[in-house]
Amino acid sequence: MPDTGVRAARTTVPVRSRTRFELHPGAWWLWSLGLGTAATRTTNPLLLALLTAVAGHVVAVHRSSAPWARSYTAFAKLAVAVLLIRLAFTAVLGSPVPGTHVLFTLPEIPLPAWAQGIRLGGPVSAEALLFSGYNGLKLAALLVCVGAANALASPAKLLKSLPGALYEAGVAVVVALTFAPHLIADVQRLRAARRLRGRPDRGLRGLFQVGLPVLEGALERSVALAAAMDARGYGRTAEVPAPVRRTTTALTLGGLLGVCAGTYGLLTAEGGVYGMPVLLAGALAALAGLRLGGRRSPRTRYRPAPWGVRAWLVAGSGAAVAALLALASVRDPGALHPGVVPLAAPALPLWPAAAILLGLLPVLVVPQDRKEPS
Amino acid sequence: MIRFEDVAVTYDGAAGPTVRGVDFEVPEGELVLLVGPSGVGKSTILNAVSGLVPHFTGGTLRGRVTVAGRDTRTHKPRELADVVGTVGQDPLAHFVTDTVEDELAYGMESLGLAPEVMRRRVEETLDLLGLADLRDRSIGTLSGGQRQRVAIGSVLTPHPRVLVLDEPTSALDPAAAEEVLAVLQRLVHDLGTTVLMAEHRLERVVQYADQVVLLPAPGAPPVLGAPADMMAVSPVIPPVVELGRLAGWSPLPLTVRDARRRAGPLRESLAGAVPESPGLPQVTAVPSRRRFRRSSPAEPRVAEVRDLAVRRGRVDALRGVDLTVGPGETVALMGRNGAGKSTLLGSLVGLVAPTSGSVLAGGAAPHRLRPAELVRRVGLVPQEPRDLLYADTVGAECVAADKDADAAPGTCRALVSELLPGITDDTHPRDLSEGQRLALALAVVLTARPPLLLLDEPTRGLDYAAKARLVAVLRGLAAEGHALVLATHDVELAAEIAHRVVLLADGEVIADGATADIVVSSPSFAPQVTKILAPQPWLTVSEVRKALA
Repeated sequence: MPDTGVRAARTTVPVRSRTRFELHPGAWWLWSLGLGTAATRTTNPLLLALLTAVAGHVVAVHRSSAPWARSYTAFAKLAVAVLLIRLAFTAVLGSPVPGTHVLFTLPEIPLPAWAQGIRLGGPVSAEALLFSGYNGLKLAALLVCVGAANALASPAKLLKSLPGALYEAGVAVVVALTFAPHLIADVQRLRAARRLRGRPDRGLRGLFQVGLPVLEGALERSVALAAAMDARGYGRTAEVPAPVRRTTTALTLGGLLGVCAGTYGLLTAEGGVYGMPVLLAGALAALAGLRLGGRRSPRTRYRPAPWGVRAWLVAGSGAAVAALLALASVRDPGALHPGVVPLAAPALPLWPAAAILLGLLPVLVVPQDRKEPS
Repeated sequence: MIRFEDVAVTYDGAAGPTVRGVDFEVPEGELVLLVGPSGVGKSTILNAVSGLVPHFTGGTLRGRVTVAGRDTRTHKPRELADVVGTVGQDPLAHFVTDTVEDELAYGMESLGLAPEVMRRRVEETLDLLGLADLRDRSIGTLSGGQRQRVAIGSVLTPHPRVLVLDEPTSALDPAAAEEVLAVLQRLVHDLGTTVLMAEHRLERVVQYADQVVLLPAPGAPPVLGAPADMMAVSPVIPPVVELGRLAGWSPLPLTVRDARRRAGPLRESLAGAVPESPGLPQVTAVPSRRRFRRSSPAEPRVAEVRDLAVRRGRVDALRGVDLTVGPGETVALMGRNGAGKSTLLGSLVGLVAPTSGSVLAGGAAPHRLRPAELVRRVGLVPQEPRDLLYADTVGAECVAADKDADAAPGTCRALVSELLPGITDDTHPRDLSEGQRLALALAVVLTARPPLLLLDEPTRGLDYAAKARLVAVLRGLAAEGHALVLATHDVELAAEIAHRVVLLADGEVIADGATADIVVSSPSFAPQVTKILAPQPWLTVSEVRKALA
């Protein structure tokens, strides 16, 4: 494509460097999944609190000003809600944990004979609350880790790193993800418009009556977007020689068959020998097929985030936390799962705590987001 | 560069061709403007260039369209993406990604350009369109003018040789429109890009056109010619041309500057005459300074806003706003995109609750009223009139409106017949043109006879004829005693019907006074006639016509 004209006119324009270093989104997701895995290995509230603090600190240091970065707050709120709901259920419905330290007694509602085994109200023991609190905290820590991944790298960014052959499916998912917020905005606008017609703008009936116009609008927008994407070159394909095309099909189909056969082999008793090799070979063939299939798409990537040393370090730190905590839960289950009967303050096991602190590595190795000079 | 050879387009299910006999050529490096009333097929012609007609819309295209030597019959839109860049009427429907920088890169990624080329072109385009500070911003947070610039930039990065734009400035305030047009001018002059665009607001664009394609009526073949020649016969003309025709200037002036040079004799013959204001003399006679108005409590007020503040999230949408509207008065709210005009209308109709201060419409706080009571006090025609219409036919819509407003059966239908003669009961609201839909929404709102009527951007997408009809209807309503408040970017509309103009900036009222006083003193809000005949205080061609008669 000729590029004259412009080149002559603006070779003097200084190319501004990006204001922030962007780590590969996959590295952030692996890091937070590692932390999440670690959270599932323990119920020690001190370790879980430490884990949450580590995730929160990294997010606070590294999150950008992008819109998805705000989702962390939403996830944190959700985590607190999960913890509270868990405690409330324990208090109202009781708990199988035998407890002697009764904190308070809720009025018990007598239930008929057929509902035997279910209890509503009654005494609430410290042990029961503590037990469900520990478990709720585990779930909350997991949610915070997922939230951290969302805040540090949006799922849409992650989809961009898909292999070329899957790119178009990825775009479809991204478009679907932006669809929901539009739909909600439409519902709000149309419900407000009902008020202008003199009809009640609250209540379920109002919601139903705007349903059709909202869907119509959504459909029209999708068609307009599809037209715009087509006009901008979405779905252009490159000429691929016939042998390559056939090889792609053979590799992909053969690979998937291999994966199926391998899995079957692994799961049945007599296939234990050939299962693993067939599975691996199938997976490799399928990946090769995907890679070859990418040739059909002439797409290129604009500034793909490179997977460099920093990405290895960040992903590795997450994996290390997960591995060390998994090891600790085998070697020292007592410290990672403190008992509640009899009541005792949980102790902080030293080396698992030190392992969790490894999760802070991104703070050191990833350069911080410099604030833009105004 | 773009060649139409005897093209006719017939959509599936349509009785006849939407356009026919289209036969012209757009030479390389020219800015060509497509001009004509609503519904003559301007969008069809534009979309035929990018191949969306007929590949995407369906229908039959006879004849041949070639762009840079490629025939659109054999090339799909995606295969023309490297030579044609298209921006539709609504830039929001055009965006695929969520940030400005990614959006600029998207088209190039699809074409498979090398990463270093993409990198350089994104930086160039950011600078060319003045978007460098917005590069990491989410598209949802941009203003209208910024969105339009990003949309243009996103089709510019693959370096198309042809740019096709449908109404690029209609939704923009005057300053943002200037910004976009300056960019187009630069593309044509510096890069030799061929631009084909349609625009209703001719007063903004006609002076930039090298040639004009005129579509005089539905089904009539288009004519290509020099702008001045085409304006002499066009049914849609900007005020500067209308004034030129009235004064008998030849050749017709297209710019304010040309017109001013010839306006000497006209100014002389108008000297001594006083513009006859079309509105209510008793209202305009009231001193427009609010301090005086407040001290006369006997005067009835339809709407009264005192020290209003509205906060949305962390943003102050409105701050310390005072506004009073009397019966029969027409007030135009003007200001940049995002200055708070729609928020002010929303708080007058109770969609937005005030954070502090008070809003009274017909003596009651609108956000506390039940909807059924509200419609009898204040009515709003929103920016998108379709939001108000739910039914499948015009007839059903009218019956529903009568019921909603508790009016006598047939009230709404009578209003529709008055505003939209010739529309049958079984027409689907979606099949109406933009102007007809607006009129239907207006009739629905008027069924409850609200003393206060609010309109948000009523002239968006209307051609001059539809606008003239709207002006006549609104004048009639004002004469009946309805108070009107319009939020608009259209300075010509404000000059035509508003008694008072209120300028908003950053959520504050920065000027409030008689239309003549406010618009004459502002370079961006002055209508063309005012600029031409300054220092004489004329606002519209109709005023001049009356004075000359």
